Amino acid sequence: MEIVGSRRKSLLPPAGNAAPTIPLYRSAPELEVRLEDFELYAVHRLRVLKGISDALSRGKKPNEMENVVKELLKVHMSHPEASQVMNKDIISHFVLRLVYCREEELRKWFLSMETTLFRYRFLLETSEAQIALMAEFDLPYKTITNAEYENVKDKLNKVARSMNSSADTIYYKVPFEKVPDLVARREVFIMKGYAYVPRNQVLSLLVTHYRSNLSKALVLTNRKWTSMIREQEKDRLTPIVEALSTSYLGPDYSQPKDFGEISLRDIDQIARSSFPLCMRYLFEKLKEDHHLKHGGRMQLGLFLKGVGLKLDDALAFWKSEFSKKVGAERFDKEYAYGIRHNYGKEGKRTDYTPYSCQKIISSTPGVGDHHGCPYRHLREENLRAALNNMGVANRALEDVMDKVRNKHYQLACTLTFEAVHGASCDQGINHPNQYYSDSKTILESRNNSKGT
Amino acid sequence: MAREEAEDTREDMVIDGVEEGHKPNYEVPDGFNSDYLMIYYGKFFPYAEMHKWMSYGNDGKHPGCDQSYFGRREFSFTLENDIYVRFQSFNDVADLENAIKKKCPFKIDIGPVYSVDPAKRNAYAQSGGNVFRPVERELVFDIDISDYDDVRFCCKGADVCSECWPLMTVAIKIIDTALREDFGFNHILWVYSGRRGVHCWVCDGKARRLDDGQRAAIVNYLHVHKGNEHSIKKVTLVGQTFHPFIGRSAEVVKEFFEEKFVSSQNLFSDEDRYEKILEMIPDESITSELRGKWQDKKRSRDDINVVRWGQLKHLLQSGKQKMLGVRRCVEEIMFTFTYPRLDLEVSKHMNHLLKAPFCIHPKTGRVCVPIDPKHCEDFDPSSAPTLSRLLEELNMGALGNGGEEVLENTSLGKSLRYFRSSFLHPLLKSCKEDIENAYAAKVQQSSNSLSW
Repeated sequence: MEIVGSRRKSLLPPAGNAAPTIPLYRSAPELEVRLEDFELYAVHRLRVLKGISDALSRGKKPNEMENVVKELLKVHMSHPEASQVMNKDIISHFVLRLVYCREEELRKWFLSMETTLFRYRFLLETSEAQIALMAEFDLPYKTITNAEYENVKDKLNKVARSMNSSADTIYYKVPFEKVPDLVARREVFIMKGYAYVPRNQVLSLLVTHYRSNLSKALVLTNRKWTSMIREQEKDRLTPIVEALSTSYLGPDYSQPKDFGEISLRDIDQIARSSFPLCMRYLFEKLKEDHHLKHGGRMQLGLFLKGVGLKLDDALAFWKSEFSKKVGAERFDKEYAYGIRHNYGKEGKRTDYTPYSCQKIISSTPGVGDHHGCPYRHLREENLRAALNNMGVANRALEDVMDKVRNKHYQLACTLTFEAVHGASCDQGINHPNQYYSDSKTILESRNNSKGT
Repeated sequence: MAREEAEDTREDMVIDGVEEGHKPNYEVPDGFNSDYLMIYYGKFFPYAEMHKWMSYGNDGKHPGCDQSYFGRREFSFTLENDIYVRFQSFNDVADLENAIKKKCPFKIDIGPVYSVDPAKRNAYAQSGGNVFRPVERELVFDIDISDYDDVRFCCKGADVCSECWPLMTVAIKIIDTALREDFGFNHILWVYSGRRGVHCWVCDGKARRLDDGQRAAIVNYLHVHKGNEHSIKKVTLVGQTFHPFIGRSAEVVKEFFEEKFVSSQNLFSDEDRYEKILEMIPDESITSELRGKWQDKKRSRDDINVVRWGQLKHLLQSGKQKMLGVRRCVEEIMFTFTYPRLDLEVSKHMNHLLKAPFCIHPKTGRVCVPIDPKHCEDFDPSSAPTLSRLLEELNMGALGNGGEEVLENTSLGKSLRYFRSSFLHPLLKSCKEDIENAYAAKVQQSSNSLSW
């Protein structure tokens, strides 16, 4: 794959003949890619993979997953030129290989999501396309002979009928560990270590092979990356690759548009109704202690900026709290500057963006700090108490705690949102300001419908 | 017989400090303590056999042997004051023997074979990546009779008697058959856990090299009894027919349930107990009919449990019953009571530690001896050798020729002979073949690559 500067037009070969089918990514294609497409395509594919990850953690069933994947592909992986769709698919996959080959945890995640993506794309294909794909895999397994078939025929039928389906006519004899999901669900007949896989169940086999091929490829890619590519590309591709695995992919909320301003009078009330737990917790600690340490000031302060608090109001807000502890003069001397800095009015005048969930979760609050993600950083009793204060109890509370135990902090926050608002939040929470704006949307629409 | 021998030799020997006519006391009070253990580890624990087993043929006698293999196996010791030390490893049998004799562990666990010597794992932590990881581990199962407390009424918790122990026998039969017939494994060791359960070690090379996902698949295949104390229905058997594994297991389950368990546990003579069973039937008209029949406390000649079970079956399986869910209840009830209950986590993870065979159980003093699955109905946990009995036998035999012959004549002798002939020798023979074949293949391959 050759990456070219943006001046040159890409010279991609025309798309292949047949109907769209799933590429197997066996080797990097002979394509030229524009630099901006390098990153853009990868980001789009990453949205698909993260969408899959979210859906899986939320316990979506297989038939629901088919639709999820179909939608994700439609939204993110299309291209204005139909002939470029396949190229985008292939290029984005190979770019993400670079991104995700670099560490064991990244490899595991990528492998898992790409394999799931493959599985559901296969299921969405027509049966002719499926048979063609199967042939491409070139599996080393034999079909059973007539004599073998006669021997096990009634057992094969039993298995089929136990699944309320009909027996097939062609069976492959395969070591049982190649079709672990069929074995796990008792959907295949096994004897002396071999599974007798009917042709209509061959997906399990393909998935195992797809996964194993990709796993090996990732290890090789990692070697090439560390030994050669990373250094070679340190001014061009490497920074892009390194940023991609930790990127937050949604809007940045640095310019609040939707709800205009919020005034100081309203803050207490909106904190109760629409702040996510992390910000509510900081807000309440601020009210309690009349102080927050630096991490907390940054996290809450930038959030409030994103929510629509103007600089003057922000200064007034922080001053009113801090002066109760340190006095007005000390506030003006020591803390006001920092707040103006956040709004881009001091120093290098960067307009800082409010922190995303990813950033907040990965922060490391110390003693005396109250920032970070409460689902991750609070002890269980304290978290339960905080959630109770928000009105989350009983079943909903247990569901949230369950997500916390499994380290799905954003999902825990999503469930909290759903419990507090009595409405579902399908895309999940990725940013505290998103929680806020989703909350306002719901509450406004309820006010409006009440008024009419 | 042992006593007679002792008396014979007494006539020939003069025992210091013992007066004429005074019979030496060979009795050793029941118990478990480090003094007894030291003698056990000094005279009884089969170091050579354990080392041969854990070496899997890598005894250095063939060029294909891996000299590092035994040294990469993790052992863990639980010492006297509940001090637990992990990541113990040993270079050879002498190392193993010295460590055990010196530390006198109250419990010895066996973990996986790692990629490098576990004692040196920290040296590899710096290089990042996944350098220290398990590479081989037997497929293991742990079945504990206290998991059946909701269905056994003769005992609870740590107790076991001849009425409920057969639940373990059923578990052994079902799982052992599946492992051999369905999964094709051959080298399987079943061990009494020393108090209230059984362990299973599947030692085929293929089993040892299974990854966590494949182990999970096997466990799920065997997992039929699901749910916890909150679910009413723990077994759901769907499909028009049974998967052959279920069908085969159903026969074992049925035989035990109908011929022994229903009576030994008085499942139908006690109202609370039969109410629990009636709860599992989804048809109100049937349950009320049965309840009505059973209010009548009339005594019959035959076992009331058998009679009532017969009535229940008759109603559920009569031709009038169209709904499969109702007909299936009969099997579901039997499975609920007697189908094996596995500890899934033990089997799913390669790094799970499991107690070594031939350890002594601290609470009972019993030796964890092997159980022959072909004759598992004959195993009686109360006849398993105890630490104190072995010491008594040692006392009695101590007046004869010491050494191996003494060991063979103790109650441990039979277990050791079984271990060697039925498990260890066939296993080692197979391992040697594997090593030779692998070596030959490698030699062939390198000679191929040399030829241009």
